[in-house]
Amino acid sequence: MADRITLQLARYRPEEEPEPSFQEYEVPCREDWVVLDGLNYVKDRLDGTLSYRWSCRMGICGSCGMTVNGEPKLTCATFLADYVPGPVRVEPLRNFPVIRDLVVELGDFMRKLTSVQPWIVREEEKPLSEGEYRQTPAQLDLYQQYSMCINCMLCYAACPVYGLDPKFLGPAAIALAQRYNLDSRDQGVGERLEVLSQDEGIWGCTFVGDCTRVCPKNVDPAGAIQRYKLTAALEWLKGFFVPWGAR
Amino acid sequence: MAKRPIEPFLWILFSAGGVLAALLIPVLLALFGLAFPLGWLPAPDHAHLLAVLGHPVPRVVLFLLGTFSLFHWAHRFRYALYDGLQIKHLNELINLFCYGGAMIGSAAAGYLLWQIP
Repeated sequence: MADRITLQLARYRPEEEPEPSFQEYEVPCREDWVVLDGLNYVKDRLDGTLSYRWSCRMGICGSCGMTVNGEPKLTCATFLADYVPGPVRVEPLRNFPVIRDLVVELGDFMRKLTSVQPWIVREEEKPLSEGEYRQTPAQLDLYQQYSMCINCMLCYAACPVYGLDPKFLGPAAIALAQRYNLDSRDQGVGERLEVLSQDEGIWGCTFVGDCTRVCPKNVDPAGAIQRYKLTAALEWLKGFFVPWGAR
Repeated sequence: MAKRPIEPFLWILFSAGGVLAALLIPVLLALFGLAFPLGWLPAPDHAHLLAVLGHPVPRVVLFLLGTFSLFHWAHRFRYALYDGLQIKHLNELINLFCYGGAMIGSAAAGYLLWQIP
């Protein structure tokens, strides 16, 4: 195996240059090194000015998502050895404004995320004396897959619809809305329907499926969106034929 | 819901068309495109097929298959034009062409099926 590999890193320093450019660095290519290790090597030994986000190094925090050789990837879970002989081209996540080097602006995603209320909504909390909200394993199974989302935004970087229309609510926000919609303890289905059933909500999705393909946690946002389309369409039919029974 | 109440309806037609087409069209193609012409199965004669269509149930099934499949195409093609060719600004024209085409096709299918004695 090659003992060194070249990283082509996207650099963008808005105070120095009007356009992003690429800079090459040679880093050790060890069997157990991921792309993030290569970036940390550059930062620590070669060029301290490189900017990128990372935290946990174990696929949980969701902050090290970047475009590696054209594909959205968690850099902490993408091995350099898989790209031998190189070079490995690392760019910021697509479809987001770039702040600096490999760092993108998260504001749009965070606003969309909160708009679907990704938490348990209760009309009324039961008193503590009545104990916890209990759930059967079958009830847990309904939503557990969607709860694996780590908000890494790889699905937004992969989604061609979001790329064309930034107003689209996007895969992760819809999958997380479904995570709470399908939770037996939640009562926020009606409020989320308002947001999800808008033009820019689920109906924007054309089922390309790239979100599911790139998801590092196997959440299947595309599946969540199609299932929710059926739910929303049935709600629409109910409102159409039984207007007095609609939510 | 208030913003574009027609979208769920169009999606229901799209979805129903996809399911019906996926289930029935391969069967029809296998029978009429392969099995009958290649002699794998004895081919029904014209009078026999006409008699089958004389019954209202096959007629309604064929009509629904044609209609829903056309609306499936309309929805898919509309988004292919929106996103593939990126001409979403022509959406009124596109909608008219796609869904109008599906409606004309459905009317033609209905008329032809109605003509069968």
